[in-house]
Amino acid sequence: MWEYTDKVKEHFINPRNVGEVENPDGVGEVGSMACGDALKLSFKLDENKRIKEAKFQTFGCASAIASSSAMTEMLIGKTVEEAEKITNDDIADYLGGLPNEKMHCSVLGRDALEKAIYCYRGEDEKVIDGNIVCECFGVTDKDIERAVTENHLKTIEEVTNYVKAGGGCENCHENIQKIIDDINNRGADAVPIKKELTNIQKIRLIEETLEREIKPALQKDGGNIELIDVDGNRVLVKLIGTCATCKASQLTLKNYVEIRLQEMVTPDLIVEEVK
Amino acid sequence: MDIIYMDNNATTRVAPEVLDAMLPYLKDFYGNASSMHSFGGSVGREIAAAREKVAALINADPGEIIFTSCGTESDSTAINAAIRSNPEKKHIITTRVEHPAIKNMYEYLAKNGYRVTWVPVDKEGVLDLGYLYSHLSEDTAIVSVMWANNESGVIFPINEIAEKLRNKGIVFHSDAVQAVGKLPVDVKQTGLDMLSISGHKIHAPKGIGALYVKKGTKFSPFMIGGHQEKNRRGGTENVASIIGLGRAGELANNHLEEMNSRVRAMRDRLESGLLQNIPKALLNGKKDERLPNTSNISFEYIEGEAILLMMDQLGICASSGSACTSGSLEPSHVMRAMGVPFTAAHGSIRFSLSTYNTEKEVEFVVENLPQIIDRLRKMSPFWKEGACNLQ
Repeated sequence: MWEYTDKVKEHFINPRNVGEVENPDGVGEVGSMACGDALKLSFKLDENKRIKEAKFQTFGCASAIASSSAMTEMLIGKTVEEAEKITNDDIADYLGGLPNEKMHCSVLGRDALEKAIYCYRGEDEKVIDGNIVCECFGVTDKDIERAVTENHLKTIEEVTNYVKAGGGCENCHENIQKIIDDINNRGADAVPIKKELTNIQKIRLIEETLEREIKPALQKDGGNIELIDVDGNRVLVKLIGTCATCKASQLTLKNYVEIRLQEMVTPDLIVEEVK
Repeated sequence: MDIIYMDNNATTRVAPEVLDAMLPYLKDFYGNASSMHSFGGSVGREIAAAREKVAALINADPGEIIFTSCGTESDSTAINAAIRSNPEKKHIITTRVEHPAIKNMYEYLAKNGYRVTWVPVDKEGVLDLGYLYSHLSEDTAIVSVMWANNESGVIFPINEIAEKLRNKGIVFHSDAVQAVGKLPVDVKQTGLDMLSISGHKIHAPKGIGALYVKKGTKFSPFMIGGHQEKNRRGGTENVASIIGLGRAGELANNHLEEMNSRVRAMRDRLESGLLQNIPKALLNGKKDERLPNTSNISFEYIEGEAILLMMDQLGICASSGSACTSGSLEPSHVMRAMGVPFTAAHGSIRFSLSTYNTEKEVEFVVENLPQIIDRLRKMSPFWKEGACNLQ
């Protein structure tokens, strides 16, 4: 049995705003019976362009019904611009949280809202954007990227909880993992490479790290460093300039050069000074 | 609020008689059956008596009964024994609708060098025997077919399959946890090699099961340890639960008649009441070949978890094959194997009765469920005044 909050239970047992708005200004339909949940949202604005009425019809489990009900409550009184800012997390928060496996119910609400706003603005209904990754639930790479970025998802299981992708035959797990990796690596231009490196890759990466990071840092203090050799995991270096005479040079070598190289190249590296 | 418990294929209440039989062995008679002193020895005699009672339930010899910790252990033990005793054979046959205790074990073996044939069922949940027979080969180590399906309640023709497999050198195992106590099960007449029993499905506590192994069947223990169970299952006996299972077996034998008359009548009343009073309600499983206590009904255009939680408000306990109840995103593998359309699979509810249910409870459910279904359908975008919005 799921651990639903009292608020989820309450919205499920006494859902608000069930039905369809007459002469709506916006309508959004998402999901399907095959997917296990579907939501039709409609809203109507008052003369001040605020949402006067919002109603839902939901096919789905208790948390899908509660998420829909909560969303209509959140919408009423807002302008479309304000409504547009509602995220799936806001819906979940409004309900005091949802079980992880049920986060896709809040995403369903957000998606229906988005569609209803498209409809209101007379924009083309969002056609399938991107390429289908999960065939079982018709989830595209764009959907997955968005969920991963917005909710800081780290694992395939989390992606499944939020957008269902990967919850069926599991054939797409590799592709989902790739999307997660790509997003989590993006931005961090200096990505620590922890995979098995060939010798030549290792040496190049050591050189790069020295050139890009370590040398400029030492040069600021009038010092420098030179790579002499790489013997297995032993990195042999020579300290030059002020570093060569600095009493703290051993500290610099161990606490800065070695740690940085371990982070950037491989944790097994040991830095040794050659006089 | 009174609980109306109609989820007896999931688990059952411990019968008061069973608890009474067990309690002395949790309090006063704590001896080890293997001990030399008479304090322990008396416990050994009670275990022997329990073994006789469980054997009597399925018409086995007491020596053919091994006590285990649960139905899953019985299944794992049977499968392991069959493949270890026939190491040269690399093919196994089972059905597409087995319980996870079997299904996941065979999926594991399929990844580890075994060829698995999954026998399909038709839309009424009836097994494709032709498919099964046509896949038998010299290489087949074991055929494992459940006696009755836990979700649809459909009974498989175990006698007929056993007849076909006779003298073929193939181990025939049946997971009978749903059948025992609900149907007459006679291993001598059937002639299968191994059969799994679970205690908590027949009003014994959770944590006790049994495996029938026909005399002369090649065996290799799954739990390796002490000499208990004649070296077939190591580990100090779960004395109180074994005694409980013995008592439960006795009661099940006595209640078999009631199960197939009064309980069946209640099930039929529940089923016809719901099917008549609720539009777009479909029966899952072949009507005439089902367990007497089970009814699986799909309520189209709504979702099972929501139905269950609404029923929960009234104290009614049942289960669903919907995706949402399991935490997976797809409806149950049994519903999918039967080809139940998604529109119906997500809204399937299984009622499973026991002798403890009353006619009054059945009437309460028949009276109250239509409102729940109606209420949820009014929320569904696919439902419009008795018809599907989309079609």
